[in-house]
Amino acid sequence: MSARQPGANDRPVYLDYQATTPTDPRVLAAMLPYFTEKFGNPHSASHRFGHEAEAAVERARAQVAALIGAEPREIVFTSGATESNNLAIKGAARFLRAHSRDAAPRDRIVTLATEHKCVLEAAARLAEEGFALDCLPVERSGLVDLERLAAAIGPRTALVSVMAANNEIGVIQPLAAIGALCRERGALFHTDAAQAAGKIPLDVAAMGIDLLSISGHKIYGPKGIGALYVRRRPRVRLMPLIDGGGQERGFRSGTLPTPLCVGLGEACALAAAEMAAEAARLLALRRRLLDAVTRRLPETQLNGDAERRLPGNLNLAFPGIDAEALLARCPAVAASTGSACSSASIEPSYVLRALGLDAAMAAASVRIGLGRFTTEAEVDFAADALVAAIGDLKGR
Amino acid sequence: MPDRLAYLDHNATTPVHPEVAAAVAAALALGGNPSSVHAAGRAARRAVERARAEVAALIGAEPDDIVFVSGGSEANQLALRGCGRERFIVSAIEHDSVLGAVPEAEILPVTADGVVDRDALARLLAADRRPALVSVMLANNETGVIQPVAELAALAHAHGALLHCDAVQAAGKLPIDWRRLGADLLSLSAHKIGGPQGVGALAVAPHLELRPAQRGGGQEGGRRAGTENVPGIVGFGRAAAIAASAPAENARLAALRDEAERLLRAIAPEARIFGAAAPRLANTLSITMPGVRAETQVMALDLAGVMVSAGAACSSGKVRPSHVLRAMGASAEEAASAIRISFGWSSTPEDVAQLAAAWGALYARAGKGRGEAPAPLPDPPPLAGGVGAPQASAA
Repeated sequence: MSARQPGANDRPVYLDYQATTPTDPRVLAAMLPYFTEKFGNPHSASHRFGHEAEAAVERARAQVAALIGAEPREIVFTSGATESNNLAIKGAARFLRAHSRDAAPRDRIVTLATEHKCVLEAAARLAEEGFALDCLPVERSGLVDLERLAAAIGPRTALVSVMAANNEIGVIQPLAAIGALCRERGALFHTDAAQAAGKIPLDVAAMGIDLLSISGHKIYGPKGIGALYVRRRPRVRLMPLIDGGGQERGFRSGTLPTPLCVGLGEACALAAAEMAAEAARLLALRRRLLDAVTRRLPETQLNGDAERRLPGNLNLAFPGIDAEALLARCPAVAASTGSACSSASIEPSYVLRALGLDAAMAAASVRIGLGRFTTEAEVDFAADALVAAIGDLKGR
Repeated sequence: MPDRLAYLDHNATTPVHPEVAAAVAAALALGGNPSSVHAAGRAARRAVERARAEVAALIGAEPDDIVFVSGGSEANQLALRGCGRERFIVSAIEHDSVLGAVPEAEILPVTADGVVDRDALARLLAADRRPALVSVMLANNETGVIQPVAELAALAHAHGALLHCDAVQAAGKLPIDWRRLGADLLSLSAHKIGGPQGVGALAVAPHLELRPAQRGGGQEGGRRAGTENVPGIVGFGRAAAIAASAPAENARLAALRDEAERLLRAIAPEARIFGAAAPRLANTLSITMPGVRAETQVMALDLAGVMVSAGAACSSGKVRPSHVLRAMGASAEEAASAIRISFGWSSTPEDVAQLAAAWGALYARAGKGRGEAPAPLPDPPPLAGGVGAPQASAA
């Protein structure tokens, strides 16, 4: 429980945990020695500073692997989830098209309209290269229609990319069912788990996942680091995006940033240890916030499935309210109108539009992300501030 | 365990400057996604833009010229594959990340001193009219030899070619004015200049339309998607500012290097120093101990607490002789006996003395110099690999 007054001292209440998370002080403490006294290049094979850094990187790799039920050598460190998604999608598709031994070419990609921009853009690049792209709609709940998905995956499908949890509405897709469909039809299954990893249990074996993207800064680790899980049995092959020194088994060249790897590993270990208790705590906070708002503003609508969503996510539509104006009127609450990448642009969220919201409702929606350092007092403060600001806007 | 450690492998990575580490730690604690519009996001955005100006200032560029990436390898890949050209001419001594990005490239030879052959570039450019990209590094990572990039850029431009310059090793060690240099694209890495690993930059001339390799959220002006590595970028900016404000550092490093060179030459007059006759970075020394393999030297030095690297980096688990030294006409045997010694901000005269003592002791044990019977030298053990991973090159 924070002793200070929420929203005081010009420090807004931070409710934008899907945009980024503060680095956990325990993560920071684990990282700091690797900037200074243990600074070696993990690829320097010839001296102890290199060995020390390499050992730290490998420990971190094992921590990341353990979070998702993988083996350490199935983890490739990258600069973040955007790179992981690009590497998984372009790398796997390009390799398969060049090397598939199937009778028909594997030249189709299946994905969802609500994927993160970097998945959609990577798929669009493949479309420019001659791949056929099936970008499937989602249900009103934000969930994929499994029958429609099954129909879309055929013998020419190289890759299916469906995110584990959505970054705007927090909706969790049925990964195990999708994995089974892909396995049955011989397509690779990639999931962007930037938002889901560390928040909900993930198991690459049980869910039939071949490629899985992780981001450091969404799970209380540092920015500038991510990971891609690449299945080894049966082996998934990729064409690398960055060539060079051959680091990361040739999947991803470039000196590994030891402190960032250590930070991601520590963040994964903490998330794994605290996931169940933290999920319960966040669910209670989320219920408290939602109740406080809907009690006073019964017309409020929840965007996306109410049950199958990340414990820390809410996405609320306030009919008749311009969300931009609302946030501007509420500077003591740091929330957002959509994903951070596009929040500088004013166009309404394509994710919300894909759920069937009209432009007005999409523009009336606010994403609220709760996380590890969110307190009851902050939630109460934020609910009061939002309700008061909406009252002001309506009264004008 | 020796009493003191002498880290002389700054070209592989530099220890993070304490002031940089403090700035990185502060930025890690700050939080905020620079694309978010709320106060936390705006603070992160300001930090990124301040760092962008600091990095730009290091090379005399405008802040808008700078695209932050995850490191030197990505910068090189983005430059080569994003420039829109289909014909590539690269020097024989480029880093693996350049050579690997464009395996189809035509190769520019270098002289025995390790300097790119200007006439060869003129011939290649004249032989084929297709618009090319020429990629030449500003200073080599193994020998430190400085390339005549301004002259090569002028030649390239006269033939309608673009020039990319990998300045990863040169930045912070040489004054760079990127407009005078005439490069259209220039790669930088933070961890070679006292900044953190995991961040680098590509400078892109305003007239170039870069084709992004990584698309998504539209960060970095659409040129490189992905949430910015704010603490890394802040640390990079700080390191760039420190490097730009320490012109006397070069003279100090030159004195250390020259003293090391003098001492090692006195021990082994027959040693070859690569690039000795060419302009070189003040901090780099590439030297052979004839007849003694680099891995043996590196291990003996490591036991004595002195950290250097083999001139021959390896990327497949087995050692292969350095392509850089081979391109300078070194025999396979000669290249396999070269080590790289590289100084940096943490280096001291005591490091030099420790290096000379350890190298001299090995030289004596190897039976060199005074005609003694050579003492048996153990075969180098196999290099430590990652988890099932082949060893990758470190610089």
